[in-house]
Amino acid sequence: TVKDLPLPRFVVSKNEQESRHTALYSSDADNPASYSGVIPPPPGRIQVKKGSVSLDAVQQRTSTDQQESTSPVVSPQQSPPTSPHAWRKHNRHPSGGNNERPLAGPGPFWAPFSEAQPGSSTSSDPIWSGHSPPPHQENWVSFADTPPTSALLAMHPASVQDQTTVRTVASATTANEIRRQSSSYDDPWKITDEQRQYYVNQFKTIQPDLNGFIPGSAAKEFFTKSKLPILELSHIWELSDFDKDGALTLDEFCAAFHLVVARKNGYDLPEKLPESLMPKLIDLEDSTEVGEQTGEVGYSSSPAEAPPSKSPSMPSLNQTWPELNQSSEQWETFSERSSSSQTLTQFDSNIAPADPDTAIVHPVPIRMTPSKIHMQEMELKRTGSDHANPTSPLLVKPPDLPEENKISSSVKFTAGNTVTDGYSSSDSYASDPEQIGSTVTRQRSHSGTSPDNTAPPPPPPRPHASHSRSSSLDLNRSFSVTPGPQQGGVVAYPPAVPPRPQPSQGAGPHVHRPVDAEGLIAHTSTSPQQIPEQPNFADFSQFEAFAVSGVNKEEEDEIETHSEVLQVEKPSDSASSLRVAKADGRVEDKAPANVPTSAGKGTTPLAPPPKPIRRRLKSEDELRPEAEEHTQKTGVIAAVLASQPSIPRSVGKDKKAIQASIRRNKETNTVLARLNSELQQQLKDVLEERISLEVQLEQLRPFSHL
Amino acid sequence: LFLVSVICPSQNYPLYIRSVPTENELKFHYTVHTSLDVVDEKISAMGKALVDQRELYLGLLYPTEDYKVYGYVTNSKVKFVMVVDSSNTALRDNEIRSMFRKLHNSYTDIMCNPFYNPGDRIHSRAFDNMVNSMMMQVC
Repeated sequence: TVKDLPLPRFVVSKNEQESRHTALYSSDADNPASYSGVIPPPPGRIQVKKGSVSLDAVQQRTSTDQQESTSPVVSPQQSPPTSPHAWRKHNRHPSGGNNERPLAGPGPFWAPFSEAQPGSSTSSDPIWSGHSPPPHQENWVSFADTPPTSALLAMHPASVQDQTTVRTVASATTANEIRRQSSSYDDPWKITDEQRQYYVNQFKTIQPDLNGFIPGSAAKEFFTKSKLPILELSHIWELSDFDKDGALTLDEFCAAFHLVVARKNGYDLPEKLPESLMPKLIDLEDSTEVGEQTGEVGYSSSPAEAPPSKSPSMPSLNQTWPELNQSSEQWETFSERSSSSQTLTQFDSNIAPADPDTAIVHPVPIRMTPSKIHMQEMELKRTGSDHANPTSPLLVKPPDLPEENKISSSVKFTAGNTVTDGYSSSDSYASDPEQIGSTVTRQRSHSGTSPDNTAPPPPPPRPHASHSRSSSLDLNRSFSVTPGPQQGGVVAYPPAVPPRPQPSQGAGPHVHRPVDAEGLIAHTSTSPQQIPEQPNFADFSQFEAFAVSGVNKEEEDEIETHSEVLQVEKPSDSASSLRVAKADGRVEDKAPANVPTSAGKGTTPLAPPPKPIRRRLKSEDELRPEAEEHTQKTGVIAAVLASQPSIPRSVGKDKKAIQASIRRNKETNTVLARLNSELQQQLKDVLEERISLEVQLEQLRPFSHL
Repeated sequence: LFLVSVICPSQNYPLYIRSVPTENELKFHYTVHTSLDVVDEKISAMGKALVDQRELYLGLLYPTEDYKVYGYVTNSKVKFVMVVDSSNTALRDNEIRSMFRKLHNSYTDIMCNPFYNPGDRIHSRAFDNMVNSMMMQVC
């Protein structure tokens, strides 16, 4: 019984604190005296803030209050003895004819508490104690979950009356407390009715019309009185001026005031405006405020409601809010989302949705449509392409890329995945030639896109400016557009290029998968066929074939250890399906012999023109030692890239396609770069192995000499 | 590399400057400063149309270095300068323009804040968040 009593105490102590603050503000309040102690404490704050709750006035109670504040709902049993104080307050209120009576509902409720500070008389204690427990308990139980606005309303009038209404008041108080507490669970930023009433009254002092605005200068003066640092006031303004019009509506003003009060009480400001403070409705009348307040509180949860409900300056709100929502959730990675008010434990649920997940996945900027268009375009191109394989590994499976925003991410992730796979799988191999081949092939795959980029920006400004990430798909498309011959030329790597001995290798059925580390490399010219299929090896297979062939020729001894890998890789080359796989991200079967031509075609869609160049470069690379090959690959890529420009230009009729292709190129570029770095690492590993092997060999040599 | 800065209209000092990565930042601060001369040149040349977005290309300032400097000036002579890597070929002109537009919008939001005194350094979290998102987009 007594346990329930503590609830009201929170209010009391909080009020007292608030009253101090209100004293600062309410210089011109309607009723300074009444408001002095009136600021209703933010719900739930009491629970969180233990230390700051204490105020001089209510020392006695504060101690107990604080105890309870810490765990308001948890243990009503705490400090039962204090309950009489609370009741005392109530008692005093009706008995004392303080000028606060005339105040709106919240006023009288709070006023008695402040009065109690000086020294509450216990005259009515017996009465209260007698009455309080039972009703309190009842109320507490009944109102546990639902804010009893009606009870609250009842409280207000009751408070004005004499002790006979104690019970009502008590119940109302309880209800209020309970509501506050329940609200504290779900929303610590909710504004209670009392608070709101106070804020509205303050608003009226500045702007009588509740539907009007408070200009920025007036608001600035008003809030400066709170003695908060300008920086914090500036931040509060940013949070509360939802439509960014430099003026505060009633809702905005209440939100700002609430934030100021919170800050004054030591609560940290959130990064984003809590939902309950979002301006949703415009409070119309004081009398109806409570009801409205409840209603507002009720649907404060949905920001979507805000735009339609708030009449003034909603257009800006409409624009900004949905955009914010979308952007935050879908696009922006670490925007305000990251949980703002850590200090306020209850805020987490309220703060705008954090999108850590999305952050990871969506590098693509805000534009949805363009990427979709690109995807569609790519698909079209793909269908139109004459390659056996889908034009671009990325394009291959448009359905696999459900959202444009994921395109780049998917590409990148797949690339990343393949890389990791490659590393894991190629650990044993660690063959330079393989790596080289893979990097080359990777480069090649990306070169399709990258050359576009490197080439002097031929296409006119892209209509879809934002597709920096979805470029890969576009590239394929653009390349697919390129006449068959180009691709044929590319395809014809094996046959066309003398240095490339292995027609089987040549193909590049492989999808230009940027990363497929495993499959990437190499196929030793010696036994291309033997190379088991490398699932992830996309376009690189072509390069690899070349590289491998070249490498193998030159460095067979070195390759010995890696030959296995190479062989393994070889098979992957052939798979024209690799191209498709590339789209999926990874696995490309390299069927060396099978698909030389088809593979070539398969790879070509990505970068038909660059391939010949690359091959030439590759031949050069082949001649070099493994270590150099990597660097050369980059050089090759660069060269290829340089050569690429011509291709898009020829295609250039479709600006969109070009831009998309450019974007894709960029993406491919980044993927290739990543692959490159990975391959470099592999190369280092391989070199280390080589060194160790050489050391062993030398150790053995002396014996041979002997 | 990506750097964003907002330059005060009158005294030409940066109200906000932020870059990623942060090493060699001073070098790019210097770049921004020197680019202001080019901006002023263009402003005087333009005459009327001040809000046009101008571009400062690499060739203008540091032909040997591989970055590009873009500029943007508002009607109130507030200058936004952006430095990007040349190797970041993903950034097209349209994208740069849209980024400047976003910067401009955020800047006006800051100006709407009565607690912001023009000429103060910009400490707005909303502005920071917007710049963060831009950087994520670029890098």
